[in-house]
Amino acid sequence: MKEKLEAIRALAEKQLLETTSRQELEDLRVQILGKKGELTAILKQMGSLSPEERPIMGQKANEVRAFIEGRIAERQAELKAKESELRLANETIDVTLPGEKHPLGHKHPLSIVLDEVKDIFIGMGFQIATGPEVEWDYYNFEALNLPPDHPARDTQDTFYITEKMLLRTQTSPVQIRVMEKQQPPIRIIAPGRVYRSDAVDATHSPFFHQIEGLVVDEGITMGDLKGNLMQFAKRLYGEQTQIRLRPHHFPFTEPSCEMDVTCFKCGGKGCPMCKGEGWVEILGGGMVHPKVLKNGGIDPEKYSGYAFGVGLERLTMFRFNIDDMRLLYENDMRFLGQF
Amino acid sequence: MDLSNRWLSDYVDLGDISPKEFAEAITMTGSKVESFEYEGAGIENVIVGKIISLEKHPDSDHLWICQVDVGENENIQIVTGAQNLKEGDVVPVAMHNSTVYGGHKITRGKLRGVESNGMLCSLGELGLTVHDFPYAIEDGIFVLGDDCDRTLGLDIHKAIGLDDLVTEFEITSNRADCLSVTGLAREAAATFNKELKIPVPKVTKTHGNVKDFLSVDIKEPTLCYRYAGAVVENVRIKPSPRWMRERLRASGVRPINNIVDITNYVMLEFGQPMHAFDLRYLDGNQVNVRKAKAGEKITTLDGIERDLTENMLVIADANKPVAVAGVMGGEYSGIMDDTTTIVFESAMFNGVSVRRTAKALGMRTESSSRYEKELDATGCLRSLTRALQLVEELDAGDIVDGVIDCDHSNKEPVTLPFKPEWVNNFIGIDLSADEQKAILEKIGFEVKDGMIISPSFRNDIEHQADISEEIARFYGYDKIPDRALSGVADGRYTPVQQLENKVSAVLTAQGVSEICTYTFISPKAYDKIRLEEKSPLRDSVVISNPLGEDTSIMRTTAVPSMLDILSRNYNNRNESASLFEIAVRFKSNGTEELPDEKQDVVIGMYGPDCTYFTLKGVIEELLFAAGVEKYDIERLVTCPFLHPGRAAELSVDGRTLGIMGEVHPAVLENYEIGTRCYIAQISMEALLEYGMKDKVYSPLPKFPAVTRDLAIVCDKSLPVLKLENEIAAAVGKILEDISLFDVYEGAQIEKGKKSVAFSLKLRSKEKTLTDEDADSAMKRAIKSLEKLGALLRQ
Repeated sequence: MKEKLEAIRALAEKQLLETTSRQELEDLRVQILGKKGELTAILKQMGSLSPEERPIMGQKANEVRAFIEGRIAERQAELKAKESELRLANETIDVTLPGEKHPLGHKHPLSIVLDEVKDIFIGMGFQIATGPEVEWDYYNFEALNLPPDHPARDTQDTFYITEKMLLRTQTSPVQIRVMEKQQPPIRIIAPGRVYRSDAVDATHSPFFHQIEGLVVDEGITMGDLKGNLMQFAKRLYGEQTQIRLRPHHFPFTEPSCEMDVTCFKCGGKGCPMCKGEGWVEILGGGMVHPKVLKNGGIDPEKYSGYAFGVGLERLTMFRFNIDDMRLLYENDMRFLGQF
Repeated sequence: MDLSNRWLSDYVDLGDISPKEFAEAITMTGSKVESFEYEGAGIENVIVGKIISLEKHPDSDHLWICQVDVGENENIQIVTGAQNLKEGDVVPVAMHNSTVYGGHKITRGKLRGVESNGMLCSLGELGLTVHDFPYAIEDGIFVLGDDCDRTLGLDIHKAIGLDDLVTEFEITSNRADCLSVTGLAREAAATFNKELKIPVPKVTKTHGNVKDFLSVDIKEPTLCYRYAGAVVENVRIKPSPRWMRERLRASGVRPINNIVDITNYVMLEFGQPMHAFDLRYLDGNQVNVRKAKAGEKITTLDGIERDLTENMLVIADANKPVAVAGVMGGEYSGIMDDTTTIVFESAMFNGVSVRRTAKALGMRTESSSRYEKELDATGCLRSLTRALQLVEELDAGDIVDGVIDCDHSNKEPVTLPFKPEWVNNFIGIDLSADEQKAILEKIGFEVKDGMIISPSFRNDIEHQADISEEIARFYGYDKIPDRALSGVADGRYTPVQQLENKVSAVLTAQGVSEICTYTFISPKAYDKIRLEEKSPLRDSVVISNPLGEDTSIMRTTAVPSMLDILSRNYNNRNESASLFEIAVRFKSNGTEELPDEKQDVVIGMYGPDCTYFTLKGVIEELLFAAGVEKYDIERLVTCPFLHPGRAAELSVDGRTLGIMGEVHPAVLENYEIGTRCYIAQISMEALLEYGMKDKVYSPLPKFPAVTRDLAIVCDKSLPVLKLENEIAAAVGKILEDISLFDVYEGAQIEKGKKSVAFSLKLRSKEKTLTDEDADSAMKRAIKSLEKLGALLRQ
């Protein structure tokens, strides 16, 4: 009997190694350890043994069983690993095939830049104000210290609806509308569409966008304007950006300035983009004219403020190197899809 | 304003400042330099030469072979086609490897076999015209006259005075005083802390008495503040001397003759427009400054006859207008070769009046664009005397003694209290009173007894803020210390702006791209989208002076704008397009009230896989994201631009949220679009009102769900949404989700009917639903559907 047990063990060990799948292994297990299996058959003969032999043989049989079970488990693990390896090998794909498309829509380039500007100013504690595009002459000109027949009106060729109603030529009227509604502190930007009677070409459009800024509070100085614009320029064009304020004239600010930033293409060394100057003009601004504050219902003796205006098209065209303004309004998918 | 550096140096000695330094520094004090250039830049290696001999080219009947002395040991040989040369002429010689005007390179070569070592230049090849050198001819070689330095071998720039530095300034509208050489000289002197020397003009020799020649009467003293006139007899019309022509040329003014040049020269020098009349044509020897009479006409110097109105100020003699005041002279008042006696006018007109007149006549002139900025009446006499001084200097005529000066101008200077502390606080600097005083004084202000007295030529000073600018620009904007923002801040997006951001994010995430369109459209657009004649949408805000019909009215709907863009994309052969715009529209409120400006989200799309349901899916996601949870959808058959069988109206509580559908084929045809298009218009206002609510969390389910399918048969025309709503009402709150999975018409189904199959997901918050619970719910649904004539599919 002992010999038989040993023979089963030896045979099982050999057969186990010959199995190639987990199914074969299972079949083998049943064949040896199953109810009708070889080992079971031997154990059934235990009854014929003497009481002295029985425990010895019993122990032996259990040993063999445990051994075989152990080997089956091992073999099972081996086969599982092998099968898994094989499956993975079979499942290999060309990982360079193109992905499934779920195309995103594209934000308009003007919106991309505007959103960036909005975020910068929101981050500096500004709110975003709006005003009507069909506007009164009063808000667009008179309240901004541009009385009728002011020569500066000529530079803003105006679309009129009636003698007193017009399409706003600038976002500056929002300054007055905000001041009429709100006492300082005021800290707003006002982006929006504006209109001037310019024929369409690569750099002109009768319809374009400006972003107005207005800050009014006690003790606001030109140093605040500079600091704020510097911060804006650095956030928009990077920390290395420098600004330069040049004296200029706008009827609604005094002192007035234009702001140049170091050319974002060449960093200020001079290139075709900045016409060799190293500087690119991006906005106009200044200290809000006391008359304008007064027109907005704010006491110029108590408060002071600064204002600025940026052309969104200009910023956008610089940002994306767009050389023809018309592309922005043609909305061809081949253009929009690039952003 | 083009500034001649040579002229500038008459008034201020800037020493060794490079053009670039000059441009940068004066830009930073407020006179912006646009560009600067040496005259004749680009002309290189052109020198003075003398024709030693001329001989006919053996193989040509028009070419000449010249031996030219260019100041070197040996003469050089040049072949020329010009016919105006003779031996001894001194001419500009473009040498081998030279460049003439326009960037043309000249090299050695052979002309019909004869070697030519350069080119003899005409005026044109130096970028000049006969106005610059009246004795030269247009189509021949420029033979240098005795007003040129004829040293052989000398660089041509130097020889003919084509070497001035011209700086182009952008002068802002408040600084008319800087539209003059002396004005800019003042700014330059102050910028570089140099002395400004403007001599007082004087005349030494006069005769007679001006009163015997001329009388002046200002009938409109509010429109003409001052009129000063002087007379010159025995005028000797001839070209001006080279120095004057040179300065005019550098300033961008064409030299004409000595008298006209003097008026232009004085205008450029002092900013005062001048005019010269031929006394012969002044009837009654009178100058009357009056308004034009109805029906009066004048032919101006440019030869155009112009109708005058009673609002226009004119200079008239005893009978007729001879000039439009401050704008342009009449043709007979001009200076001709046989003019003998002239009147110089140095006057001051009201800026608004000149501006209106110039605008009405459609002729903005150098003179009118200056007057309209309000000039300095104080300067009239100085300019007049300067003109007379130049007459004397140029020997252009004999000056009659005296001037007629009718002066109604206000000589009261503008004064402001001197408040250095206010300026410091406004600008954010700390400059002593003395330092501020010094700045003000160097630009012509007087500071005494605590007051600032503004100079007469500055019409833009009226407030401390104006004084601050003067201080700040000479202190240096760059030196003002930056200050970071401080104080209360409340940066945030308003609900409308949050909605705009959301709409943009949701739509782009679904593959819809944003567009930006003109808000003004053509009135024809309303025809193209088939609006009825009486549609209220045709009542637009109309631009009274549009660029053209295409952009002449403010849109009442942005649908035509979207269709234009879809059409452009289709016709540019883009296979598909999926677009949106958060678009403004305008509703007129008449002329006494501003129009309403409302925003719509307009979505438009076409493409091979695009159907009505593509659009609807996009809108459903949009409404979900915007938080509009319950809305009705009904078929819309009346929208003129939508397909009556494929259009719907979205509403909440009976109020329209928007419309969507397939574009009507007739509209597609109008827009030349050859494929089905889908368009939607959703009101932003309604989205904001019905959506954008704060979300409330609902606890995750604790009990399992039961799923049941339900297939019913009903009339083909019964909308699925109606069935859904009915089921939802019948099942009650245990209905977690209902989804359509099949709609079928055809075999097995009776004609005119359809089979609709839903999958229902049922779940209770309180317990695990039993089969009985689910069955009973389904029974309720089936029973309820019977009301709609919908029966369980057997």
